[in-house]
Amino acid sequence: MKENIVIIGGGIAGMEAANQLLQLGYLPIIVEQTDHLGGHVAQWHKLFPDMSSSQEIVSNLKERIKDAHVHLETKVKGINSLGNRYNIMLNNGINIVTKAVLMSTGFSLFDASKKEEYGYGVYDHVITNGDLEAWFNGKTDKRIPPQPKAIGFVHCVGSRDLKAGNSQCSKVCCTTAIKQAIEIKERFPDTEVYCFYMDLRLFGKKYEDFYIQAQRDFGVHFIRGRVSEVGETLDGLVQVKAEDTLVGKPLKVTLDLLVLMSGMVCNSQVTPLAEMLRLEIDDDDFLKSKDNVYGIIESNRAGIFYAGACTGTKTIPETVSEARAAALCIHNYLKNNF
Amino acid sequence: MTDFGFTLTKSSTINFDSLDNHLYKRLCTIEPDAQICMSCGSCSATCTAAPFSGMSVRKVILGLQRGQDVRPLLSNCMLCGKCTMVCPRAINTRHLLLTLYRIYD
Amino acid sequence: MISQGKQKIWSDYQKEIPDDHWYYVRSCIRQNFFPASEKMFTEITKKVLHKDLYETPHHTTCGGIAYHCDTIPQETAMTIVARQFALMTEAGYENYVPSCITSFGNYAEILETWHEFPELEAKIREDLWKACRREFNKPKYLAHSSDLIFHWRNEIAAKAKHHLVNKETGEPLKIVEHIGCHYAKMFPHKGVGGAEYPYVLAGMIDSWGGQVIDYPERRHCCGYGFRQYHVKANRSYSISNTWKKFESMEPYHPDAIITNCPGCPYFLDRWQYVIAEQTGKTYGENGFGIPVLTYEELAGLVLGYNPWDLGLQLHQVAVEPLLDKIGIEYDPKAKYVGLNQEDLLRPELPSSLKCF
Repeated sequence: MKENIVIIGGGIAGMEAANQLLQLGYLPIIVEQTDHLGGHVAQWHKLFPDMSSSQEIVSNLKERIKDAHVHLETKVKGINSLGNRYNIMLNNGINIVTKAVLMSTGFSLFDASKKEEYGYGVYDHVITNGDLEAWFNGKTDKRIPPQPKAIGFVHCVGSRDLKAGNSQCSKVCCTTAIKQAIEIKERFPDTEVYCFYMDLRLFGKKYEDFYIQAQRDFGVHFIRGRVSEVGETLDGLVQVKAEDTLVGKPLKVTLDLLVLMSGMVCNSQVTPLAEMLRLEIDDDDFLKSKDNVYGIIESNRAGIFYAGACTGTKTIPETVSEARAAALCIHNYLKNNF
Repeated sequence: MTDFGFTLTKSSTINFDSLDNHLYKRLCTIEPDAQICMSCGSCSATCTAAPFSGMSVRKVILGLQRGQDVRPLLSNCMLCGKCTMVCPRAINTRHLLLTLYRIYD
Repeated sequence: MISQGKQKIWSDYQKEIPDDHWYYVRSCIRQNFFPASEKMFTEITKKVLHKDLYETPHHTTCGGIAYHCDTIPQETAMTIVARQFALMTEAGYENYVPSCITSFGNYAEILETWHEFPELEAKIREDLWKACRREFNKPKYLAHSSDLIFHWRNEIAAKAKHHLVNKETGEPLKIVEHIGCHYAKMFPHKGVGGAEYPYVLAGMIDSWGGQVIDYPERRHCCGYGFRQYHVKANRSYSISNTWKKFESMEPYHPDAIITNCPGCPYFLDRWQYVIAEQTGKTYGENGFGIPVLTYEELAGLVLGYNPWDLGLQLHQVAVEPLLDKIGIEYDPKAKYVGLNQEDLLRPELPSSLKCF
């Protein structure tokens, strides 16, 4: 009989770990609180920097983990330690005994309505990066006009923002904004697109090329200055104020649509789990790794491992790499301790 | 008109809604690389004319994007080509400036 | 505009406002600018709503205006404020209501500073004792007088003689609400509705039948800014900010503006004359300006008080077009008759802005 490994969170981190664990001869059991696998990636449209399909990643992973057990719309109700094992109780009445648990609980998108000055939920044409992806995927959205003349993207919404309680850079939003700006330009070539940024943090492979492409091939305007205030005009359009910090003057512009690049915060459902498992929470509210250089995927408790954005903001390639590494760490942990 | 000893001041805010950047757009059709400037300032730092005249290719490009008349800046350029040598984005700044002279003519 | 979105934010910024027993302190300047406003507040509170409102002639400036002009340090303002609190304590009150927005901000800032730095509070207590042998309790509740009118807005609506509705068309009047900067920008949680979408005046407009105008420069300062106006050389900056607001609200054709700050109604009102003199432009209908009222004046009109008893003849912008729209009767001949029936004489009329 195959050894159970419980994976909490069925996003791409949990799925990729399950994929690897299956190949190592284990039976991964994924506990996912929503009704679908793939987490945020399943809701996304295309991925930077190659404009590859996010649906394809999720469907390939699903195919590969067919032999894993998956509990959708299921939550962990309680956890007991039994010596060096854990007894995981699910809210569907199932109890699972496991020697190792993988936390792949991921992130939540920052609630953009908390930045009241941007008027998300108040003004008619203010949406988030998540809303725009849903629209790219075919969902109707009345806030997005059929023939927009000008669209703005606000970087760092809830990121690098001490007042919002988040000092961290969310890493992916700069490149996501560039990707979404290009997707908008592909659909509406005559639309003026403005990206309002503080710094452009394009650290990953091909990200800088992606930026150059947005500038030269798509004519996206990059304005260095954080949007400070948003209002609505008589026509229901969005009026934005920022400082053009390169020119050194305030600027204003009227837009048909404003897209807020909501950052990543730790999944809000993680706190009760962390309490049950006595896992440490870091001062950025993400799960605290044993070490931020060499031990990102290890927790403060034996047999509990981390993968993906539960420990901090991550890109997809980083998440996938951590999932693979975590599977190997779990394999070695079981081999050496039991 | 009553003299109050003070008057209304025009706002320094750049209004993107009424921006006239047609010269910039024309420049971009001839010199698409004008768009990939990332305002690093290498050109201005090395510019022979900059310390004495305020000349800066960065400011020229930015000024055009914001609909400003950049001719006073342009006239200070000595076409030495140092800015082209240092540009990390490999913009042919010298060529770009010459194109701009032609557009203004 | 998504009204549910605003309502959600308003529900996040509720403020506990006791219904009765308030210690009232007046503003340094309001009685000169809009002389009946504070009188109207005491009238509504005591005579109309039968609440207990106490004031003492011993109270002084709170020091806020000098503090914001950078002419006294905050510790001096704190000692002045400590004395005000001592007067409240001696009178047996614990709910403190200032009429001035900058006072409200000053009190809020000082209470917050004392909360963060108790040793400073101890020092101020000692200084006050040395200076005038007084001791004080901090107020249990601090509210601005507009918070109280907001709190009682529905009681006022129930007694209303007039509503903010155009008598001819039956349409609600379009009203701009302007909030003093020191009301909530420093401490959003101390203002009704917060700082981005304050509800304190919007709630009154809603409750009295009007329609709130939300225009792009709604949050912008009126431009007064203390030193920016007090120094004549800076007035160009002051008026230009006011101008910016008028340009932004113009397309909405507001019928009136209401404010809750001493300076804002003054500058929004008087600068319309200066703008008209300098540019020839007026922002109301037919060459008039947009009438600017304090919330007490508006409450007074709603409750049926005589406009001339509310001091509306002291406004630069003629209020008659607003009175006509609501259907408030007034005697044009009585406009410049004083309380003692003395003739107040007629002001010189501006060249561009239409006035009576």
